[in-house]
Amino acid sequence: MSNAKVKAYAQALFAIAQAEGAADAISNELYAVARAYESSDDLRNVLGDATIPSERRLQVVEQLIGARANRATVQIVSMIVASGQVRDLPAVFDEVIALSSAGNDQDLAEVRSAVALTDDQQTRLAAALSKATGKTVNLKVVVDPSVIGGLVATVGDKVIDDTVRTRLDNLKTRI
Amino acid sequence: MNQLVVSVLASEDPFVSHHWLLPETGEIIYGGLASVIVVGALVKFAGPMVKKSFADRTARIQKQLDDAAAAKVTADGDAKNIRAALGDIASERARILAEADAQAAAVLAEGQARIISEIAELEAKAEADINAARGRGSDELRNEITVLASRATPLVVAATLNEQAHKDLVEGFISKVGAGR
Repeated sequence: MSNAKVKAYAQALFAIAQAEGAADAISNELYAVARAYESSDDLRNVLGDATIPSERRLQVVEQLIGARANRATVQIVSMIVASGQVRDLPAVFDEVIALSSAGNDQDLAEVRSAVALTDDQQTRLAAALSKATGKTVNLKVVVDPSVIGGLVATVGDKVIDDTVRTRLDNLKTRI
Repeated sequence: MNQLVVSVLASEDPFVSHHWLLPETGEIIYGGLASVIVVGALVKFAGPMVKKSFADRTARIQKQLDDAAAAKVTADGDAKNIRAALGDIASERARILAEADAQAAAVLAEGQARIISEIAELEAKAEADINAARGRGSDELRNEITVLASRATPLVVAATLNEQAHKDLVEGFISKVGAGR
């Protein structure tokens, strides 16, 4: 899917979320779904397998998020899966959360951490990132064990990386 | 027996007048004249022929002697030439042998030099190959160690990081970013 098409999809989905009156909540849920899709090979294989009937794949979506997410979120994800565009699901949903952040005059700040952050840590981290970038940020924390330790924050084009993984990679390169 | 002796003795005619060994006188005279005539005829008619025959034979022998002498001279000359040629052949043989020896020595020296050079090149190449293999082995070992270390290190570090360490890392990040990193 082209970048323009991703943006078009995202704008349409964001409009639906706004129409539901829960744009922020739906955007956050879509963001969580995108991260789950990225991190799970099984989920990618099932949702992306065209040989599996779409009804079965929609059942999987329903079982995963039906009881926990907004109804509009489930329907949006189901629509993406049914349309066969599931491979572009992360890009579309990231664009949705970016639109949501922009609507709130915020920049999306994606932070990856090896462990979950406390609310206090997230508050102070959002403040620190806002101070560093000069913009109000919409903080999204993704628990990613592959970073091993520390954090990596992506705000727009800016990346602040202080993870153990990167340090080890740098060390490996020097060796 | 007595009769045999009597018969033998009786064979000698007791009536023969001339000597039992000599012919009769007339027979001697006629025989002598005939002999003189025959001898004279021989001397007159056969003598020149015999003389000429002897002269021819002498001349032929002399000619043969002269021819033999001439042949000897020729043979001596030929022998001399042959000896000279032999001498030349011997010297040529010696020259060719000397030249062959010199060429063989040169070829041998060149071959030895080339072999020594090739051996030196082979030794240098082998040395270089050994060094390269040693270096390659060291590099491969170093790379292998690096790969193993790079695989093991994240696992070791991840296992080492406890809750407090994670917290310190997060707090360190927030402090650095907040400080306007």
